Amino acid sequence: MAAAPEQPAFADSVKVQGRILSALFIREILTRYGRHNIGFLWLFVEPMIFTLGVTALWTATKSVHGSDLPIVAFALTGYSSVLLWRNMPGRCIGALWNNLALMYHRNIKVLDIYLARLMLEFGGATISFVTLSIVFISIGWLEPPEDVLKVAAGWMLIAWFGGALAIALGALSHESELVDKLWHPASYLIFPLSGSAFMVDALPPMAQEIVLYIPMVHGVELVREGYFGARARAHYDLSYVIPLTLVLSFVAMMLVRWVARRVVPE
Amino acid sequence: MIRLRDVRKIYPTRFGENLVLDGISFDLAMGERLGVLGRNGAGKSTMVRLISGAERPTSGSIEQHMSVSWPLAFGGAFQHMLTGVDNVRFISRIYEQDFAKNLAFVEDFAELGPYLREPVRTYSSGMRARLAFAISMIIEFDCFLIDEIGAVGDARFHDRCNFELFEKRADRAMIIISHDAAYVRDHCNRWAVLHDSKLKLYDDFEVAYADFKELIGWKPPQGWPNLEVSTA
Repeated sequence: MAAAPEQPAFADSVKVQGRILSALFIREILTRYGRHNIGFLWLFVEPMIFTLGVTALWTATKSVHGSDLPIVAFALTGYSSVLLWRNMPGRCIGALWNNLALMYHRNIKVLDIYLARLMLEFGGATISFVTLSIVFISIGWLEPPEDVLKVAAGWMLIAWFGGALAIALGALSHESELVDKLWHPASYLIFPLSGSAFMVDALPPMAQEIVLYIPMVHGVELVREGYFGARARAHYDLSYVIPLTLVLSFVAMMLVRWVARRVVPE
Repeated sequence: MIRLRDVRKIYPTRFGENLVLDGISFDLAMGERLGVLGRNGAGKSTMVRLISGAERPTSGSIEQHMSVSWPLAFGGAFQHMLTGVDNVRFISRIYEQDFAKNLAFVEDFAELGPYLREPVRTYSSGMRARLAFAISMIIEFDCFLIDEIGAVGDARFHDRCNFELFEKRADRAMIIISHDAAYVRDHCNRWAVLHDSKLKLYDDFEVAYADFKELIGWKPPQGWPNLEVSTA
């Protein structure tokens, strides 16, 4: 018989949480990609096509990016980062509306719905980034990263910020459809400012100062420093971006709590 | 035991606040089956959602000292893009149940044949009800919430549902919402009428039903009710 709700031990809660997240994760994959043609491989094939396309475009137009870094490497690190922070909010906005019926299952909480989608987005973007890196390195278009751990740190920083932003916007979007309407133009406008298409070092000092207020820029710069070392002349300030993301994460959790109290299942 | 104390629910609407439930209090113990009568929009389903824990009351308290089901025969717990089998697997995972055993039960009970392996969106409403009911029976709850189960499904399916609920699970608590008065009369041992945001409780169906007819201002036509010829 299903047990009556009582305050469970912490270890049990962790176990339940893991079970719920994995069930939601698999459900999400099946719903989104189905079992047709290549199925869940789309998870990372889609971002790979995106990144390849942008890489090709930027190479063809010999994009000015203000450094002597190879354009392929520049596009790969830049555009993969964009996919990471931009798709997470995209997937979380409106996520609760699509999954309202899940609220009938006691163990599923509002946050779980967002977390499952974030895991999926993070997984897809990461596999795409890693796979393309390995392919480019093996055919000689790209030098192996100078410091893999630093690349990973930068990547995680972008993911953390993107995830916190996604949860905050996702929760807000349940109460106001303005979020959905405004996120699309906002994400488009932030893209050219997010550090993907330029190196901060190439900008005039005045512009550098402004651009470094945008959190994603720090993560992208860190990824590039990991890849290219001193050649990248990266500008980032962890003492700015980490506290900011912490605060954002806290705000996101508060918003989820607020929405969870107000949610009305269909 | 489920204990409701002074439960109020207010929904904000464009026309101001709408008081749906006002000071609802009752206890429900194992073996008690409460039948709820009320006109459309009276707040019956809202009450069930609050008891299920999916939604919170505006004020008051709802204590669940037993496990409570989701509203039964409610198809919404399904992902329509997924197949019936996928949905069984999902529920099995969420509630940590044996998937193979559950699948065998659903296959046998829902009688959907090969459709169990097709996306739920291709099902008719009757087929969805079969799947929904079968999946609801997988998890052994202490208290079942039953929201208008008789609306879909054929006679044979109804009989099978009734056997599962009232024979095999006669020891459980239930809250049953239905516009089918005979169904409520035959399967419940306590009754309630929800009207104007208030819930009134009865130990006698005939009294409850008389009050209900009075409240909604409805006179049965000659020959009514066909209560003796139970459709349930």
